[in-house]
Amino acid sequence: MEVIAAVVVGILFAVGIYLILTQDLLRIVLGTSLMTHAVHLLLMAMAGLKGGAAPLLDRGKEEFADPLPQALILTSIVINFGITAFFLVLSYRAYQKLDTTDMDQLRSESSRHRGRSR
Amino acid sequence: MNNWVAAPLLIPLFTAVILIFLHNKLMLQRWISLFSTLLNTAVAIGLLLRVHEDGIQTLNMSGWKPPYGIVLVADMFAVLLVLTASVVSACCLAYSFRGIDEQRERHYFYSLVHFMLAGVNGSFLTGDLFNLFVCFELMLMSSYALIVLGGTKRQFRETLHYILINVLSSTLFVASIAYLYGATGTLNMAHLSLRIAELGQSGPITAVAALLLVVFSVKAGLFLFFWLPGSYGAPPAAVSALFGALLTKVGMYALIRTFTLIFYHEAVVTHTLIGIMAVATIVLGGFGAVSQTNVNRILGYNVIASIGLISLALAVSNEHALTGAVFYLVHDMIAKALLFLLAGVLVAETGTERINRMGGVLLHSPLLAWMFLIASLSVVGLPPLSGFPGKLLIIQGSLESGSYIIAAAGVLLTLLLLYSLIKIFILGFWGDARKERNPEWKQPRKLLASSAPLMLIIVLLGLFAEPVLPYIQQASGALSDPSVYIQAVFKE
Amino acid sequence: MPKGNDIFLQNVSKVVVFIILAFALYLFFTGHGSPGGGFIAGLMTAGALLLLALSFDIETVRKVVPVDYKLLTAAGLLIALCTGTGALFFGEPFLKHAFGYFDLPLLGKTELHTALIFDLGVYLAVIGVTMTILLTIGEDN
Repeated sequence: MEVIAAVVVGILFAVGIYLILTQDLLRIVLGTSLMTHAVHLLLMAMAGLKGGAAPLLDRGKEEFADPLPQALILTSIVINFGITAFFLVLSYRAYQKLDTTDMDQLRSESSRHRGRSR
Repeated sequence: MNNWVAAPLLIPLFTAVILIFLHNKLMLQRWISLFSTLLNTAVAIGLLLRVHEDGIQTLNMSGWKPPYGIVLVADMFAVLLVLTASVVSACCLAYSFRGIDEQRERHYFYSLVHFMLAGVNGSFLTGDLFNLFVCFELMLMSSYALIVLGGTKRQFRETLHYILINVLSSTLFVASIAYLYGATGTLNMAHLSLRIAELGQSGPITAVAALLLVVFSVKAGLFLFFWLPGSYGAPPAAVSALFGALLTKVGMYALIRTFTLIFYHEAVVTHTLIGIMAVATIVLGGFGAVSQTNVNRILGYNVIASIGLISLALAVSNEHALTGAVFYLVHDMIAKALLFLLAGVLVAETGTERINRMGGVLLHSPLLAWMFLIASLSVVGLPPLSGFPGKLLIIQGSLESGSYIIAAAGVLLTLLLLYSLIKIFILGFWGDARKERNPEWKQPRKLLASSAPLMLIIVLLGLFAEPVLPYIQQASGALSDPSVYIQAVFKE
Repeated sequence: MPKGNDIFLQNVSKVVVFIILAFALYLFFTGHGSPGGGFIAGLMTAGALLLLALSFDIETVRKVVPVDYKLLTAAGLLIALCTGTGALFFGEPFLKHAFGYFDLPLLGKTELHTALIFDLGVYLAVIGVTMTILLTIGEDN
């Protein structure tokens, strides 16, 4: 199981990095989101993939799952949800304002701006 | 258990939420936010005295015992930074009453500032690595919104870069947390320190330490600072001041905390790396500051260069250097906020950010000019002012441990910063006054009044460094001996 | 968004929205010891509202649920914060929870937990944030 998880984490990271290196803003947002998912999976795998009941003592179960990584992942998912949403809204607004989602154009304009301010 | 430890986190959170309800009542918002930061300052002073008397205060949140639950730890270092952050934010808020337009104020400006403060204070006080991540994110999310608030084209461009960089580094942060949890089975910082001391800091753990170094360096602007000067120049002065004073320092705090408390075993690898990065930061940041003609960019590079200096002390990590680092960190938060605020007044008054288009401000508003000069000299580290003791201790510490390159870098930094700031003074303040002034601008006095307290602190901190020193030494003492921190966390 | 003429979607959503809302409610209450909880229930509720917005239009959602979502977020945060802070007044550490068993009419012996109030705050905050974001993007064309 851990090996599969490791491979999937690797694939997700690769896809995420590929997307971040493209020019389109929307793809970059998706790339960051994918990379965050990869990290969540990594967290899950690093804590050991094992089954078991919720760690409540009075239910007559013997095997318990480690609740901490799940709590961490849930927190991280919530944070990622917020940031991705914000990033998307911002990209949309930036598209409205700057009329482009192409990072190259964004950068060239900003370097021109920098040249002007120098 | 001391519930007051949570107060510096709770006060800004409550204020932020309440201010959302009051988003149309500007006057009320202003007074509540100022009151809240002052209250926070008072609480921080109370905590400071308590910690000075009784040692480190902890709070096990929700009553879970330390390695299992999240613990808040108020040691002297954290409390000093919380106090400084509260003072700085009070002044920045007072400045923004005049310095921020109504449109921004209506769009939850004050709420966002308080959310950011909660994140900043939380990062200082937390004793848990994952909680540190959460507080970082709270701080960063508010900072994204604060940078883009107002929505000019430049702000959008810079915010997109800023968010992307920070999202990536946060991803790496969670990844390193995952590795650490896999290797040690804990995320409580004191417990991590214990476990790693037992297991020995093996190669993989040192690699994780290097990963964390990258993460915190991006946030602190240590070597990986390419995003900083642009992003910090985009928002209005009050926001830049808050960012320059607080955000990078939180990254710096995290670096100092992790590399003195947890990863101190393989100093040859990690601390040498930090030293190399610090020297590179000083050289690049210093020359960057010298080469620019845009006020905000000069200050941005100044922020970077000071981060380099503090990291030098971390690379040396002996008693004197760490004492110097804590002192300089406190000084730098105040001085950078002051410089950014004054630069805001300067830009508003001359209507340009480029110093070769200014000129003659000394004739026009001498008060601004002299305040700027004193702030600059303090950043440079001239003796009666607050930058001096910290810098002296850092250089003394590096000489003691025989790291002459590091000491030389510290001195080089002084020269470069002096040149860059005096350049602002010569080109911007001396010379003939330009005609094209901003005619609508009438009230720099009130803006200056709000930055006056910071000015006063800089002078007093320099003149009365001796009575302050015991507090600083208590902070650095706990940093150089991790067992103090660990015992305090596990004592209950 | 112009009012669509999508009869199937509109009629189906009229029913499905309530099923989703009921399931969200179930998730919210079951969250204490099993999968579920305020966050997921909040997303689910926001999803129901979004379905409504898709099949009719945003104005309809505004009419059906006349709330300012920013204020809803703030209210949620306030509830969550107050629950955590309430512990301070009993001399307990911050965020300490309490529970007890009560005899309620209809339900019989029920466990009531302060974590539920905290979760209610999370629930409201999540709905607020999600709807604010969706409306921000969806509003202008």
